[in-house]
Amino acid sequence: MNTLIAIGGLAVLVLIAEIINLRKFIIPITIIGLLGILGLTINDFGLQATYFNNMIVVNKFSTAFNSLFIVLTIFLVTLSGDFYKDQLPKISDYISLKLFLLMGAVSMVSFGNMAMFFLGLEILSISLYILAGSNRKDIRSNESGMKYFLLGSFASGVVLFGIAFIYGATATFDIGEIFKLAINGGIPKWYQLGVVLIIIGMLFKIAAVPFHFWAPDVYQGAPTLTTTLMSTLAKVVAIATLYKLSLILTLSMPEAYITALVFISIITMTVGNIMALRQDNIKRLLAYSGISHAGFMIMALVNLAQSEASLFYYATAYALAGIAAFTVVIVVCRGKSEELIEQFNGLAKRSPLLAAVMSIALLSMGGIPIFAGFFGKFFLFSQALEKGYITLVIFGVINSIISIFYYFKVILAMYTKEVEENASELQIPLSYKVVGVVAILINIVIGLYPSFLLDIF
Amino acid sequence: MNVTILLLTLLIGALATYFSGKSAAKVALIVGVASFVECIFLICQQQQGVNVGFLAQWMNTPNIHIALNGDGLGLSLVLLTTLLTPLIILSSFESPIEKKNTFYALVLFMAFAMAGTFLASDGFLYYIFWELALIPIYFIALLWGNDTFEARKKAIIKFFIYTFAGSLFMLVAFIYLYQKAGSFLLQDLYDLNLTSREQYWIFIAFFLAYAIKIPIFPFHTWQASTYEKAPTVGTMLLSGIMLKMGLYSIIRWQIPIAPQAAKELMTTVIVLSLIGVVYGSFIALKQSNIKRFFAYSSLAHVGLIAAGTYSLTLDGMRGAVYQMLAHGFVIVALFFVAEIIFRRYETRLINEMGGIRQQAVKFASLFLILTFASVGLPGTFNFIGEFSLLFGLSQVNIWYAIIGGTSIILGAFYMLRMFQKSMLGETNSKPFADLTKIEGFVLGVLVIAILFLGVYPKPLTDLITPSLVEIMTQIK
Repeated sequence: MNTLIAIGGLAVLVLIAEIINLRKFIIPITIIGLLGILGLTINDFGLQATYFNNMIVVNKFSTAFNSLFIVLTIFLVTLSGDFYKDQLPKISDYISLKLFLLMGAVSMVSFGNMAMFFLGLEILSISLYILAGSNRKDIRSNESGMKYFLLGSFASGVVLFGIAFIYGATATFDIGEIFKLAINGGIPKWYQLGVVLIIIGMLFKIAAVPFHFWAPDVYQGAPTLTTTLMSTLAKVVAIATLYKLSLILTLSMPEAYITALVFISIITMTVGNIMALRQDNIKRLLAYSGISHAGFMIMALVNLAQSEASLFYYATAYALAGIAAFTVVIVVCRGKSEELIEQFNGLAKRSPLLAAVMSIALLSMGGIPIFAGFFGKFFLFSQALEKGYITLVIFGVINSIISIFYYFKVILAMYTKEVEENASELQIPLSYKVVGVVAILINIVIGLYPSFLLDIF
Repeated sequence: MNVTILLLTLLIGALATYFSGKSAAKVALIVGVASFVECIFLICQQQQGVNVGFLAQWMNTPNIHIALNGDGLGLSLVLLTTLLTPLIILSSFESPIEKKNTFYALVLFMAFAMAGTFLASDGFLYYIFWELALIPIYFIALLWGNDTFEARKKAIIKFFIYTFAGSLFMLVAFIYLYQKAGSFLLQDLYDLNLTSREQYWIFIAFFLAYAIKIPIFPFHTWQASTYEKAPTVGTMLLSGIMLKMGLYSIIRWQIPIAPQAAKELMTTVIVLSLIGVVYGSFIALKQSNIKRFFAYSSLAHVGLIAAGTYSLTLDGMRGAVYQMLAHGFVIVALFFVAEIIFRRYETRLINEMGGIRQQAVKFASLFLILTFASVGLPGTFNFIGEFSLLFGLSQVNIWYAIIGGTSIILGAFYMLRMFQKSMLGETNSKPFADLTKIEGFVLGVLVIAILFLGVYPKPLTDLITPSLVEIMTQIK
């Protein structure tokens, strides 16, 4: 609860800083503020409490994910400093939007009431629409923002529709009561319809197949930092919310629901991977790889009772690797009209540090041992096997193999191809080096000591 | 003192090599020699009854240990690794290598991962070492290989995807076993009472991983092109040590965990392995490139080793371990011979050689001994290995031994023909300088090892027999 208020306060502070002409200090203040809030959140750990008539529920799940969101936001804000250096007058808008987005994220994993959930979802989405279209003079950014807005608001509508159905069936917005009513049975059929609508809306938000068509275009067109945000923070928020919703709503669902989930999981990772193989634009490649990762994370939904820790671990590993990879993408592709994989040619010679960061991030996503991504996959596979979904695991394994192809395509370009002749000297701001290295270090540390994250649940 | 020292030496050595700049080669050599000395010391300790293993909890959930096994079987293969690694490093001293520090760091890192694979007795840790060994060889082969980049990229990526794909199925098998046992520890996995159906699938999953790594027919298609395109050091590491990971794992993991399936599927896997023996020998006859030639002859030899392990007899397994070491020594030496010729003639085509013996007597004599060893002539270590393997196979079915025995006859034919074509004949018009000191030393050490163990294999027998007997009781 304190977290939510503190973030809101910080966002307002950032807006005020603009008025009293303190633009230069916005980023340091925000980072320090967020670090403080992170401390506050971790301090709350183990607390079980509800606030405002069950509007907000604080438990281990919400605290763990909130901490992850705050860490990711700290990285994103750090990257903002240099990314928006040409747009200094607007910096307070960008930063406060990110903070409002974080507020939405926090309410999405700590809601105790469907109204709160929808509020969080909308705060997050609207901030994202604005950020996607924030590069006003670039037609592709406009396209991206527009597309995302139209499709995203449609999905929000579907979610709202589902909430209305559930309200119609249970006459309450309170998730605790919905849970009890659903378990006891005897509620009208349209409860299930409502659940399906909500799940579909959320599957849209995490870009699961067949609701994924918006993702590559939106990712490609949006300013790269916004793409970073969407593919790391927003995706992790959506999947965590989906998990929490499933935990409350889907226990009384018929068998066919799980079959459908297994199918969606398989098809999401497969389609994402196969499309990623064909991309020559790095942002589209990462978008499709993100889709396949969403497929992996859906695996957590087939074994709801045991997968909390593994989902958290996977989400952390994926988001950290994503931050590191996109940091490198921003530096390498700066000022280019398109972000092509060719631009990575010979990066190892231009900047060994960035090449190493990118390689480790991709190896982690590909699931090569000792990096966190491998353990993430391992834990998800093992919890799915526990429930006997062996087909799902075999598809997961096959997809891990396919993904190696395109991750290695980028790694090979960096280490073996010659630098393009007209390539200019790389300008690597210190903040980017710090973010890349720190994200990778955390990734390796949680790879070596997975218990560090797993044992908190 | 326990085996962690050895692993840490190699790992820290790899880091030190990376940061040592121009003197990287020397640092790597020192690390390699140090690890060899440590290995000998550990073996002495182990023989005196000291427990050199290591066990510590790594993670609570899931239950994963850092467990390193200090028994004779693992140590004998670590001995192979630590003996060959410094020799391989030394053999490349006279080759032009760019970015020496990265190169030698990768070599040592690979030695670390391979030694770890041989020592790990926790399934999860074992899997991690197994995969880690793949990354350095991928980069070694890709970045320092022969031929144009595009040509080798195709071969090396094929190799990587093949082996990576195989091992993922092994991972699934391990996860399944973990669900049953609640632990990855080797002993807990041994103690599982799996149904024959479960064993069947576990056996197949392991088989995919190992058959690709070894390689067993029909999973061998990556081998020859990878051996050809990789730099000689990479080929040596692959053929000398890395493929032994697969053979060793059959004895250590696959058969004892799924003994019943191993008995049921014995015919299939032995026949596949023997097809590899005959097929490799025949294809070798047709090869004109000396590296491809050795690759296919190696395919034939490892096929026989695999058949021996799957015979599930003590003699077969003991022969397999002998032959793993013997084959490691010989194949590394033979690839080095190919490299020595390449340094002087810039060719790998057998037709362009010939008439070298008159110009380089020392070289030709050592090469002849190696040829004989590869053929399995009595007095060499390979003879003991092949004899035990065939003896083990004959206990199952005499025809297996007869078909396996053809590999010796065919081997003699193609090896001697190759020797004749490349070394004998009229004096070559191009000059051929005899061995340099380093080349002579490397080949000399390997030849001495082959001859010494050929005459007196008892220390090795004493080292490996207890662990093999233990595994045999597990199978029964």
